Amino acid sequence: MSHSLTIRAYRCELYSELLKTFRQPGFVLPSLLFPLGFYLLFGILLARGGNFDSATWFFATYGAFGVIGPALFGFGAALATDRDAGWLDLKRISPLPTGALLVARTGMSLVFAVIIFVLMSILAFTFGGVRLAPERWLLSGLVLTLGTLPFCALGLLIGAYASSRSAAGWVNLVYLPMGALSGLWFPLFMMPALLQKLAFVFPAYHLGQLSLAAVGQIDVSWGPHVGMLLIFTLIFGQLAAHGLRRSQS
Amino acid sequence: MSETIARWQQVQHHYGAIPALQQFSLDLRAGQITALLGPNGAGKSTAIRLLLGLLACQQGTVELFGLSPRQRQARSGLGAMLQRTDLPDTLSVAEHIALFGACYPEPLSVAATLTAVGLEAQANRRYSALSGGQQRRVQLALALVGQPRLLLLDEPTVGMDLSSRQAFREALRAARERGCAVLLATHDLPEVEGLADRIALVERGRLVADDSPQRIRARVDVKRIDCRSQLDPTLLGDWPEVARISARDGRLELLSTQPERLLRRLLAADPELADLEVRGADLEQALALFYPDRVEPIAA
Repeated sequence: MSHSLTIRAYRCELYSELLKTFRQPGFVLPSLLFPLGFYLLFGILLARGGNFDSATWFFATYGAFGVIGPALFGFGAALATDRDAGWLDLKRISPLPTGALLVARTGMSLVFAVIIFVLMSILAFTFGGVRLAPERWLLSGLVLTLGTLPFCALGLLIGAYASSRSAAGWVNLVYLPMGALSGLWFPLFMMPALLQKLAFVFPAYHLGQLSLAAVGQIDVSWGPHVGMLLIFTLIFGQLAAHGLRRSQS
Repeated sequence: MSETIARWQQVQHHYGAIPALQQFSLDLRAGQITALLGPNGAGKSTAIRLLLGLLACQQGTVELFGLSPRQRQARSGLGAMLQRTDLPDTLSVAEHIALFGACYPEPLSVAATLTAVGLEAQANRRYSALSGGQQRRVQLALALVGQPRLLLLDEPTVGMDLSSRQAFREALRAARERGCAVLLATHDLPEVEGLADRIALVERGRLVADDSPQRIRARVDVKRIDCRSQLDPTLLGDWPEVARISARDGRLELLSTQPERLLRRLLAADPELADLEVRGADLEQALALFYPDRVEPIAA
């Protein structure tokens, strides 16, 4: 297999994934409007007058919440649907490199993360009065974009085990409570002490902390949070690989 | 003899304690259409999934172009149409063909693929807007776009209308002409009679026949006797002259390799015997003799 053929296969798979996804308003609109609406409501309209910079804080946390959604749904629900429809089998028996499917889906999640970040930045700048140094905007965008990767792995894990009919339910069951308990909807310091301690077990908490640090709202050491996200990615990835292998045994 | 494209050798496969394939050996040759037949649960799908690399081989050898089916290089010469597939419905027919073809070394052009399956007029229509038969033709197009050396088709004509079947037969004959090996797993025996060069018959995980349709019929030299009789079909099933029997609305349908002896015995046992008809058996009836149960009608 030539190098150029492999690159062509990767490129076409990514294009196919984007085409498929962006032609589904039922997926695109909720994925974009859900976090933007939350931010507008809770981060801007209802949160003025607190003792912290709520517009910037919630820009970081709802930004994290927003980029997690397409990663979970794009991998979890879509993978289960493609598998149950036999489309995944057809891809597997084609000469498409195995990695191309993962790269295409991950690429789609990254594109969504960039779009969500840009739209949320416009909202934050225009209506929330958020003003950041250019390097902080850039760092925030980088954190939110790359921060989707552990959630792509988590989505893959759900998609590897759940059926097409149950996958969306499982994703919602993980996504919404994890977002709330990780401090992405309301600051953790507003929650009971027990819940604050529990947040550590959720990958969304670590992404939220990095996102808040990127916009200068908290001062934390980056290493442990990045390390935890890497560990979550590896664990979810391994479990997902086991689930996918199981379907072939 | 033409080149061997793929082979199963002494393959054993189990699902838990249940055997799906036992000592299964078969090879597929270039320029030949092989029909893989057998009742539901006989092991056809397992054999196919092993050759596609969708199942790991537990015992024995499965080779595709001399390689493991899981190797990407082997898969580049394979085109397949699976029994149960639904393609993403937001892409058009032409987009599906172009994007799927992109991972093959020398794909057919989109226009040539559309012509091969007779979907030129539907090129820009989305998959969701096609009829069931047209959707199956798109799936056939994806199997053909890579110019495969082996075409593997699992129940390809299910859901196809007459024009789709015609396009399917033409595409298969064209593939055979250019030296492609074709494996056709189906229950559609009239389709097999018209297309297959060879029949591989699987029963309870074992290959019980592997020959041309003509030779299979000749091997069993079977005649079909239809009549109306009061005789108990279950008792008739025990007669040595009866190879297989089915009863429907008071009419008996008997298959026999000794039709003269059977006729004499029938007439002696039932003087009221009526509507007697004797004719040569078709392929379905000939194949029925390879199955062990002599009274149940074969799976259609």
